[in-house]
Amino acid sequence: MDMSKGKKILGFLSLLSLTILLLVAVDSLPKRGLPDAPAHQVINAAGNTGAGAYFIQSAYEDAATPNMVTVVLGDYRSFDTLGEVVVVFAAAIACYLILRRREDEEK
Amino acid sequence: MTNPSQSLIIKMVSRTLATFIQVFGIYVIIHGHYSPGGGFQGGALLAAGILLIRMTEGREESQPTLATAIATPLASLGAVIFAGLGVVILFFGGNYMDYGAVPVPGMEVPVVRYYGILIVEVGIGLAVMTGLVSIFDDMVRTNRQSGPDMGRGGMS
Amino acid sequence: MSDLLEYVQDRYAYWAIVLLMIIGLYGMLFKNNLHKKVVGMIIFQNSMILLFVTAAFKWDATVPVRDPEIDVQVVENYLNPLPHTLMLTAIVVGVAIVGVAFALLIKIYDNYGTIEEDELLNKLESPSPEDDGDCDTNDTQRSSSPKGGSA
Repeated sequence: MDMSKGKKILGFLSLLSLTILLLVAVDSLPKRGLPDAPAHQVINAAGNTGAGAYFIQSAYEDAATPNMVTVVLGDYRSFDTLGEVVVVFAAAIACYLILRRREDEEK
Repeated sequence: MTNPSQSLIIKMVSRTLATFIQVFGIYVIIHGHYSPGGGFQGGALLAAGILLIRMTEGREESQPTLATAIATPLASLGAVIFAGLGVVILFFGGNYMDYGAVPVPGMEVPVVRYYGILIVEVGIGLAVMTGLVSIFDDMVRTNRQSGPDMGRGGMS
Repeated sequence: MSDLLEYVQDRYAYWAIVLLMIIGLYGMLFKNNLHKKVVGMIIFQNSMILLFVTAAFKWDATVPVRDPEIDVQVVENYLNPLPHTLMLTAIVVGVAIVGVAFALLIKIYDNYGTIEEDELLNKLESPSPEDDGDCDTNDTQRSSSPKGGSA
């Protein structure tokens, strides 16, 4: 079942074209480190408060914590973080179920 | 990895190093409010300390550090600390995970949120540490089971 | 000349990320060994993490930890904390994914004795009488064999 030669060449060509496509698309991304990028704006294009700017400005007032990343992680987006913890727990359970089952059957 | 290391130097160095790694892990969790850090990073450091002992002392010898049997229950305890704090807030009339709704006498709302974040970070640290240790233990146990085949195939 | 330098300076991070992403994709598509496929997936994942961290970057800004001497109201003084948070959790989830992937690989190796994709497909399509869907006999035999050296 070795990958046939034609299939391999087709794969390489599609990878190459994807590379060129992405390198061209980089031109339309905001320049690196530009403070005017859409993600950093105080008022974004839709007229709402930008999330990143809001977190910088009001994290200390809201939670008395200097580290803004901790405030976003534990307070503003804590429901998201709960999901992440559940994912880690689910991975531990999945490893348990995949690897330990046969040993228990033998006993 | 289930067998203890034969070298005395490796044993002594890793025993000493693991202590400092774990103290630093606790520092990263507790001090996450003032410097880069937090539950995920601190939990990973704590797990690294335990896994260092696991690898050098062998699995049986390192059970007193963190027993394999209680690793998964402790991971669920970490998740329960996190989710339970949110449920406690519901009883005070706030939204889920809205720490400021809990009336603590003599504390401003931001300070209550500060301590809410701290409890959450401890829960995250516990869950991540024991989750990683549990995954490692599962894998190593299987490796021992197929030990005689190690030289034959591709896994090492 | 300085125009070209500026053009490169604004974009070289993205080019490196695209290159990493293609390397990861190549590993996942063309490598025969399942373990190498997982390594390709890790490289792909890390390229996405780097993309988000690059998006958070601002020139002349400091880390998102409040310094009393630097005004918080001027947003340009601090890096954007939101992508950092998202990627912090993404890294941990990545570790969990890699753990489950390796657990599955260990299980595959236990049952079939190989993690090469073509050999695995051969065994799945035309099972030899020894491995005839009867993995359990094989395993019992293996685990009851004398364990040389592994106490």
